[in-house]
Amino acid sequence: MVGAQLVALLIPLFPLVGFLVVALNVKKVSHSFASTIACGSVLASFILAVIAFAQLAGGTPAIEVTLFRWFSAGGFSATMSFLIDPLSSLMLLIITGVGFLIHVYSVGYMHGDEGYNRFFSYLNLFVFFMLLLVMGANYLVMFIGWEGVGLCSYLLIGFWFKNQPYNDAANKAFIMNRIGDLGMLLGIILIIINFGSIQYAEVLPKATTVDPGTITIITMLLFVGAMGKSAQIPLYTWLPDAMAGPTPVSALIHAATMVTAGVYMVARNNVLYALSPATMELIVVIGLATALFAATIALTQNDIKKVLAYSTVSQLGLMFLALGLGAFTSGIFHMATHAFFKALLFLGAGSVIHAMHHEQDIRRMGGLKKYLPVTYMTFLIGVLAISGIPPFAGFFSKDEILASAFEHNKIVWAVAVIASLLTSFYMFRLLFLTFFGTPRASHDTMHHVHESPKSITFPLIVLAVLSALGGFMGVPEALGGSHWLSGFLAPVFAPSKELIEAHHLSHSTEYMLMAVIVALTLAFIAYAYSRYVSKGHVPAAEGAITNGLQNTLYHKYYIDEIYNAIIVRPLYWISGVFDQVVERLGIDGLVNASGKAVVAGSQSARRLQTGSIGFYIFAMVIGIVVILSVAMLAA
Amino acid sequence: MINHIPIDYYIWLAAALFTIGVLGVLYRRNAIIIFMCIELMLNAVNLVMVAFSSYLNDGAGQVFVFFIMAVAAAEVGVGLAILVLMHRNAKTVDINVLNRLKW
Repeated sequence: MVGAQLVALLIPLFPLVGFLVVALNVKKVSHSFASTIACGSVLASFILAVIAFAQLAGGTPAIEVTLFRWFSAGGFSATMSFLIDPLSSLMLLIITGVGFLIHVYSVGYMHGDEGYNRFFSYLNLFVFFMLLLVMGANYLVMFIGWEGVGLCSYLLIGFWFKNQPYNDAANKAFIMNRIGDLGMLLGIILIIINFGSIQYAEVLPKATTVDPGTITIITMLLFVGAMGKSAQIPLYTWLPDAMAGPTPVSALIHAATMVTAGVYMVARNNVLYALSPATMELIVVIGLATALFAATIALTQNDIKKVLAYSTVSQLGLMFLALGLGAFTSGIFHMATHAFFKALLFLGAGSVIHAMHHEQDIRRMGGLKKYLPVTYMTFLIGVLAISGIPPFAGFFSKDEILASAFEHNKIVWAVAVIASLLTSFYMFRLLFLTFFGTPRASHDTMHHVHESPKSITFPLIVLAVLSALGGFMGVPEALGGSHWLSGFLAPVFAPSKELIEAHHLSHSTEYMLMAVIVALTLAFIAYAYSRYVSKGHVPAAEGAITNGLQNTLYHKYYIDEIYNAIIVRPLYWISGVFDQVVERLGIDGLVNASGKAVVAGSQSARRLQTGSIGFYIFAMVIGIVVILSVAMLAA
Repeated sequence: MINHIPIDYYIWLAAALFTIGVLGVLYRRNAIIIFMCIELMLNAVNLVMVAFSSYLNDGAGQVFVFFIMAVAAAEVGVGLAILVLMHRNAKTVDINVLNRLKW
């Protein structure tokens, strides 16, 4: 087992070393050296992750390593320890695999950027923290990773820091995450108080012995953390703004890995969640609302990355819906497939943006199919996958979520289906407006449009293959599969499975559901085709939208404006009051008064320091006499 | 014979000598006089020790006094040497002239 433990230690070590090597010499090393180190370290981690995965698949239940004891206080002690079980192993594969592809992509995408080395060092640091997050064997190590990825997200959103709106977006992401992290931290503290430990191996088996009310509070607080990190209502508004970062960042952090940390966290604590039905209901409601809400906003957005951002929020909502329904495997399955196709879509969008010289507005694209054939084909696969067309990856995972929703509650199912249909509509709207029809960009721009270099198309092709075939890791029994993923993850979810009784739909019901959803999806795609290709409809320019509903959607339900009015402005007002009254009159007054008191006191006290030795001796004698008389009187 | 005189008398005498010594140190400027006043204080202490030693029939106090006298003799040697140097440098033994360490 020593070999396996070494593997577990080396996996996060490589990106950390890569980060240190590049970051400490950011001004000295050449671009090619920085990118080689960065890609190489993630590739090394990926190879090790495959080795660890092979060991788990070969029958090893879990790999556990304790590096050192971090601190201890009383009976409580925290260790720096790692755990690789099937769940974290799957996450490791996604993070390092997709991460490596995105590193390679960045070589081409960031070519010629002045912050090239800085970019790669941040990416490596991000991968390191993300690995800590999923490999930590206790809540504290996970929390380090949790905060670390938030930091990297901030650094990378504000990567082009000379642009003030980008900095604002970075601040927004950081502050919103802070709100969630506070809940997370309180949850962890409650776990420490109630369980006396932070190791998963000690906390989770004891879950049934703790008061259910406490468990509900803990799970709610942890879920607040997940809301922030995974962009759920009401803390989702940072994610669309986070698109200010370079596109590889959007693909890696804001689609494939970091935003799914909340899903991972809930799945990791599946026992706790299974014990608190109230939290599960809340997760269902939040997840469903987010899925539908974000999908409707995505219908009218015109920025290629914004559409994908809202789509990510919506898909994350679906994942939480699955978790809330107790279908943890489905949630993780969808997370995995989503990592493939959403990373693919973002990278495809990046390729388009790269080709169009940083044009992101789909109203000024169109007709790119023949200019960017590889990008088009891979993007099409991504769109088919996210829309849930069989046999692409999204079909299997989304179908599983919808099936468990159907078992649970028909209304939940209906809303989830609507969200999923809207998804296929806006994704095809995006595809048609970008690649079909006649070019709407200026002649000059079209003249320079060219297919992206190999370093960009290679990751696209690999991800397209994964998006097309990734679903086969979880083919349901109804379709003659054995659902490999469910078997692989079974040890992780076994404790919660005992607590949640599972109904099984008959195969005929499953066939019917699949048929209904696929038929409706195809109908929506056909409608999108007729609207945007046959009729050549192009979304109206800013301000020209007269329809009230469309206007509301275009302005994202005015949520940002509402938050501004009810939270940001009152906060500014309160800060103003504190500044003018409490700070200036109260605190400044106190500080200045104490300073003045010292000055005034010294002014009079300095007269005592005459420099005359006779006076000093006199004072000394008087002092001794006083002390002696006091001592004698007291005796 | 010595025990015929009450101990209070010795204490009052010693206190008077000590006070005279203190006042001399405080009010005189001539370094030699200050020096002598310090000796006066030392001897006031010696007197008290000897008196108590005799009254309590304990020889330790008298032994102490011999030590103090020996140390005082050494101190006189050093002190007078300082005074000689002081006079050589400043042509006076007035302590108020020697205040150059004052800031």
